[in-house]
Amino acid sequence: MTASALPTSVDGMLELLTSRGYLAERSLATVTYLSLRMGRPLFLEGEAGVGKTEIAKVLSAALGRKLIRLQCYEGLDVASAVYEWSSAAQMIAIRLAEAAGDTDRDQLSSDIFAERFLIKRPLLQALEPDVAGAPVLLIDELDRADEAFEAYLLEILSDFQVTIPEFGTIKAPQPPIVIITSNRTREIHDALKRRCLYHWVDYPDAERELAIVKSRVPGISAKLSQQVVRFVQALRDQDFYKSPGVAETIDWATALTELDARSLTPQVVGDTLGALLKYQDDIARMQGDTLQKVLKEATSD
Amino acid sequence: MLTTIDHLNPPTGHMADNVVGFARALRAAGIPVGPGAVIDGLNALQAIEIGHRADVYATLEAVFVKRREHMLIFAQAFDLFFRAAEDWKHMLDSVPLPDHAKKKPPPASRRVQEALAQPSMREEAPQVQEQELRLSVSDKEILQKKDFAQMSAAEIAEVTRAIADMRLPQAELRTRRYQPDAKGLRLDMRRTLRSSLRTGGEIIDIRKLGRIDKPAPIVALLDISGSMSEYTRLFLHFLHAITDARKRVSVFLFGTRLTNVTRSLRARDPDEALASCSSSVEDWAGGTRIATSLHSFNKLWGRRVLGQGAIVLLISDGLEREADDKLAFEMDRLHRSCRRLIWLNPLLRYSAFEAKAQGIKMMLPHVDEFRPVHNLTSMEGLIEALSAAPPPHHISRIRPAA
Repeated sequence: MTASALPTSVDGMLELLTSRGYLAERSLATVTYLSLRMGRPLFLEGEAGVGKTEIAKVLSAALGRKLIRLQCYEGLDVASAVYEWSSAAQMIAIRLAEAAGDTDRDQLSSDIFAERFLIKRPLLQALEPDVAGAPVLLIDELDRADEAFEAYLLEILSDFQVTIPEFGTIKAPQPPIVIITSNRTREIHDALKRRCLYHWVDYPDAERELAIVKSRVPGISAKLSQQVVRFVQALRDQDFYKSPGVAETIDWATALTELDARSLTPQVVGDTLGALLKYQDDIARMQGDTLQKVLKEATSD
Repeated sequence: MLTTIDHLNPPTGHMADNVVGFARALRAAGIPVGPGAVIDGLNALQAIEIGHRADVYATLEAVFVKRREHMLIFAQAFDLFFRAAEDWKHMLDSVPLPDHAKKKPPPASRRVQEALAQPSMREEAPQVQEQELRLSVSDKEILQKKDFAQMSAAEIAEVTRAIADMRLPQAELRTRRYQPDAKGLRLDMRRTLRSSLRTGGEIIDIRKLGRIDKPAPIVALLDISGSMSEYTRLFLHFLHAITDARKRVSVFLFGTRLTNVTRSLRARDPDEALASCSSSVEDWAGGTRIATSLHSFNKLWGRRVLGQGAIVLLISDGLEREADDKLAFEMDRLHRSCRRLIWLNPLLRYSAFEAKAQGIKMMLPHVDEFRPVHNLTSMEGLIEALSAAPPPHHISRIRPAA
């Protein structure tokens, strides 16, 4: 991992992402560049599997920064997101102090709320200084956390500091690069979005998707990759409950190469459709005539 | 429409009397103006030159209006009370009102006019009339945009009073978040340790945590087609009231298209909220296409608003001409993606109601509860149903027609 300087232009950002195999739209590269320049969190929303989480991983690798990931879920609280006191270690410390005959209460309380008893969780880790530069903080699927956590996050993102009542305030010497993703299972509050730069990550067009498949699935034949991309693009035009994302396209292309498929046939597609469509209703709709029609379009030269 | 206005106090030409009368009118229209504010207003008026209407307006507004949502009402009341009098020095007020019936009154104006009218002049509160049931999808005769300004002050007062009396259901969903709770089941080591330090590290009292209960989110899907037009306004009021009291309420209107009006309903004042709703909806009281609307809800909004165990209120008469398997399919999907699906149907108030319409037959197997909703009583019943413990999921409890 080599640390590299922050890009100084949108083109520089595009190159940086491309060099790591992330083929981004120019608009996404622009907003990412701006978020680095302005020191504002980047808020990425979009369908599942369009590469929201990936960009954080690629950024941290390309910039040589540490990646700190906070996966959100309902009921995520301060203890699992920010910090926790290690009660067991504290109790041992109290017993040891007793055994040693220390009875000074004030001394005891300052002793057991020292930094060595603090268990640091992702958000606190992200505020710590790092020799390689401020880390990349990925807050993944924020929509899964509840509103209370969102409100707490708002505070952290505005000051980049955490106050621990027994210990004091910890402030980041250099704010981390923050990337927040959301799948929209719930609308995120405006107040949080206001502090961020917002970008809706869309499905790529055929040309870009083809380039992505070629770079991500080594050893795939030109013919098959073209058919795969055409087929997936045609599926997205259909009115499915859940359209396949780029991640599904890559999965499917990988599956097809594993099966040594040369080109798409109804048999092969029918057997591997589960890599693309994840709802029974959608799979049921893709039988018979519909499948034939889409397949014909995808395989015609 | 009221076309003449008798003021609460006859104009005397004295500024003080006028300001006091004006403050009373504001109070009647729902803006809290105390005697202290009246004194402030008089002092403020003495400090400015009363030659300019705009200055007087700004001064009184600065003193009397403390909330953004009252600005609209204040503007209406000011215009009515101090009409375009040429001579501001006298603040006279004796010109009859212009005839408002010709042009569409802005929202809240009816409320203000009634507040300014003498009590004896007020009409009795109109009873909710049971109109004939229209079994056909209405045509263009129906106004494309309903005017909420026609809602009388008495009616608003009645509805809001009744709704204020309704005990809205609280605390029905266990969240995964904890708070200090003596009866809780989880040990709070952090607080236990901190309290133990007072006794030199001896743990004497154990602190505990219990789960926080929170009201479940509500998603309302409201049919605004022609056959439902008599109830639409009442429902919107009800929804506005629960939107106020609960944080997580999403409201969608559907006729031929689906519109999300959640943000419009957030305004505190019902008139303002409903006006902003009606301006954001295109197909007010046109036909219905339930299946299409449900499809777009499931596709575009279902995953966004049905998380966290939402309860869905589907408010519709189910009179859909083109009922087919698609409707059943979408209802099924909706039913399976929420915690509880309650169908509220105003047609149920007819004792002879039978599920004959094709659409109703299609939808019935997919709901958890089927209830009437056409007046305050049935709304109270709904509140009770929302407060009660939820029935086991996916067991439809279809009420037979009484």
